[in-house]
Amino acid sequence: MSTLRRTILAQEHENAGARMVDFAGWWMPVQYQGLREEHETVRTKVGLFDVSHMGEVWVRGPKSLSTLEWLTTNDVAKLKAGEAQYSLLPNAEGGLVDDIIVYCVTPGQEYLVCVNAANTDKDFAWMNANNRGADITNESHLWSQIAVQGPQARTLLERVFPGHGIVQTPPFHFLKLAFAGQTCWLATTGYTGEAGGEIFVPNSTAVELWRTLLSKGQNLGVAPIGLGARDTLRTEMKYSLYGHEIDDKSNPYAAGLGWVVKPSQKDFIGKTAMVAGKEQGLKKALVGFKMLDKGIPRQGYSLWSKEGQEIGQVTSGTVSPTLDEPIGIAYIATAYQPVDSEFWVDIRGRKAKAKVCKTPFVATKP
Amino acid sequence: MATFHIPEEYYYTKDHEWAQVDENIVTVGVTEFAQQALGEIVYVELPEEGQKVNQGEPFGVVESVKAVSDLYAPVSGTVIEVNTSLTDDPAVLNDNPMNDGWLIRIEMDSEKELANLMRSPDYKKLIAEAK
Repeated sequence: MSTLRRTILAQEHENAGARMVDFAGWWMPVQYQGLREEHETVRTKVGLFDVSHMGEVWVRGPKSLSTLEWLTTNDVAKLKAGEAQYSLLPNAEGGLVDDIIVYCVTPGQEYLVCVNAANTDKDFAWMNANNRGADITNESHLWSQIAVQGPQARTLLERVFPGHGIVQTPPFHFLKLAFAGQTCWLATTGYTGEAGGEIFVPNSTAVELWRTLLSKGQNLGVAPIGLGARDTLRTEMKYSLYGHEIDDKSNPYAAGLGWVVKPSQKDFIGKTAMVAGKEQGLKKALVGFKMLDKGIPRQGYSLWSKEGQEIGQVTSGTVSPTLDEPIGIAYIATAYQPVDSEFWVDIRGRKAKAKVCKTPFVATKP
Repeated sequence: MATFHIPEEYYYTKDHEWAQVDENIVTVGVTEFAQQALGEIVYVELPEEGQKVNQGEPFGVVESVKAVSDLYAPVSGTVIEVNTSLTDDPAVLNDNPMNDGWLIRIEMDSEKELANLMRSPDYKKLIAEAK
C-alpha cells in the first residue's frame, strides 16, 4: 500500500467511510454509500468526483499550436480562448496513445491537456519525444481535480463561483476563476453525460474547495461519488475508456471517434496509417447492445453469430443502474453493426442472445 | 470496522463462504464480509441439483454491478438443493447472506474435508487482516 499514490483528497474519502481501492496505482474511492445510490445522485441531483489522479500537461510558447496539431487528431487551430475539445493522441501506426481534452487558454500560446491517470507518464514522454518546439510541462503533481456533475451541478457551481455566468456557459468551455485566493480553472466538461464541470484546483486549496462544494450543495442533495458509479455513468453514455474501448491498436474510426479526426485539415502523427485503415474498409465497429437472454456481459467475452462464427468482443459491460438491465459495449463485425442485429455473447461458456441497440443507452441533458 | 455475524458453529473458507453442517448435509452461503465487499449483487449463477462439486473449486458465480466473483465449494459432494429464489431476487444475498441468502445444499462425500476449513476465530482473524 505504501507504493500507492494518494490524492490530496484521499483523507476526506477515508473520513467519509469510502471503500478505497488501487486504481491505476492510485488509492481511490470506489464507493461511498453504494454504487446504485451514487449513480442515481448524479442522474437526478449532483455528485462530486475526486479525479485528481488525472494528468495535467501544459503546452506553452509560440510553437504550442503547431506542436499540438502534430500530436493530436482534432482541429486545435479552431479553438478560441476559453474553449475545450475532445481529442486523441495517435501513435505512428495510427493507434492511440490516449484520449484527451485540450483546453485553450490563449490561442497559439497556451494550452492545457488533460490525460488519463494511468497514461500520464507515457503521454508526457510521448509528447516530449514528438515535440515541435513547444514548452511542455507535466504539472500533474501540482493540481487536484474535482468533477461536479448532475442536473443541479451548474446551480452548485454558480453558488461557489458567483458572477461568472456559469449557468449560461455551454459545454466544452473553460473559465479562469479564483477560489480562496488561488487561480482555478473550471471546464464545462465531464464523463457522465450530465451538465456540470471539472475544476482544476491547486493542491493547497483542494480540500477547502471539496468541503465548500459539499456544504453549499447540501440542500441540492450533493454527495461524493466513487469510481464505481463513474464507470457505470460513462458506460450508459457509451463513452470510451482507455484500456477498454481504445488502446494502442485501436483505429479511431472503428471506435466511433472519427468525429475528432481531421485528416483533411492538417497533418498529424500516424495520419497515413489511420486513414488507410479506414479506406481499406473497417472490419469492426464499436456498438452498444442489450441482452435478450439472462446474463451480464463483461470485458473480454466473445461474440458469436447464429452460424457459430466469432464476430467480436465485449469492451465494457455492466448492469445499467438507470435502466436496471444489463448493457454492453463491443467491437462487432461491421455486418452486425445495424441496430437490432442479433448475436450471442459467450458468458462463461453459455451462449446468451443479445442485440445491438441505439446509444447512448440513457438520454441526458448536458 | 463493521461487526459481522460469524456464528461459531459454522465453518468458513478463505474465499469467504460459510458452511453449516448438519450430519452429512452442508448448507453453503457467502459471509457478511463477502457481501459487503461485493457491493450490490445483481446476478447469481448456481449449479443444478445433482451436479457434483469439488472442495475449493468454483461452483457458481455472483455478480455485482462492477465485477464477477466465483463461488467456491467448501466441501466435495453432490448438490441436492439450490436456492432458486436468488435468481429472481439476488438482492437477498446483500440483505441476508447468512440465512435467506443461502446458495446451495451439498451432500458431502467425506467429513474429513471439514478439517481443511476454518472455524470462526480463524475466520475473524482473516477478515481483520483483510481490512
